Amino acid sequence: MAKKFMYVNRKPPYGTIYALESLEVVLIGAAFDQDVSLAFIGDGVYQLTKGQDTKAIGQKNFSPVYSALGDYEVTKIYIEKESLEERGLTLDDLQHLVWEDEDDDWAEKDSIRLVSRAELADVLDDQDVLLSF
Amino acid sequence: MSLLHTVNKSPFESNTFDACLNLAKSGSTVLLIEDGVYAATTGNSVADKIKNTTDINFCVLGPDAQARGIEGKLAEGIKVVDYEGFVDLVAEHDAVQAWL
Repeated sequence: MAKKFMYVNRKPPYGTIYALESLEVVLIGAAFDQDVSLAFIGDGVYQLTKGQDTKAIGQKNFSPVYSALGDYEVTKIYIEKESLEERGLTLDDLQHLVWEDEDDDWAEKDSIRLVSRAELADVLDDQDVLLSF
Repeated sequence: MSLLHTVNKSPFESNTFDACLNLAKSGSTVLLIEDGVYAATTGNSVADKIKNTTDINFCVLGPDAQARGIEGKLAEGIKVVDYEGFVDLVAEHDAVQAWL
C-alpha cells in the first residue's frame, strides 16, 4: 500500500542548501513508488521562478530539474496562492510544469495546483508522511 | 561618517531587513545580497519600505538577483552592482555592518 508523502518547501533557492537538498530527496524518494506530492509555501515559491541564471554566483542552477519531476511520476505540485500574492508573483512568473498521463493517451497535464491556504491545510492533513525543508 | 549595510535574508521570512532600516542613517547605503535581494522586488507587501525610505541608497547585487530570476522585477531607482561594485561600495564607506 503506497503511502502519501508530502515534501514541504519553505526556503528560497541558493541562499541556503534546503531547496537543492529537498529536490534531491524527492528524486531519490521517487524510486520507492509512493504517492508523492510537493508543497511550495512562503519563500519556497521562489524555487520555481522562471529565468534563473546562476553563472555569476558560481552555483549550480538546479531550476531546470523541476521540469523533470513529471517523468518521475511526481505530478502533484501545490503552490500556496497567498504566498505568491504576498511576493507580487503570479503563476506566469513560475515555470510551467507538466506531466504525461499514460492512462489518457499520454496527454500533457499541468502538475501545478494553485491552492488557497485553507485548501492546502486540508491536503497536509491528508498525508501519511511529511518531510519539511 | 557613512556606513554600508548588507542584508542577506529574505524580508518575508526574517526581520533582518527591518532591523537594518531601523538603524540605517540618512545618506548610508543598504546593499541587498543573497536572499536579501527579494526585498528589492516590486508589487509585494514589502515594496513600500524601500519606496518610502528616500534618504538611503539602495543597491542590489546583480549576480544574486540573476540567479533567482528576479532581475526584471526590481523596483525603480535601485542600483544594480556586480562584485567589483560591491568592493567599490566597501571602499567608499567608512565601515560595513553586515545584518545576518
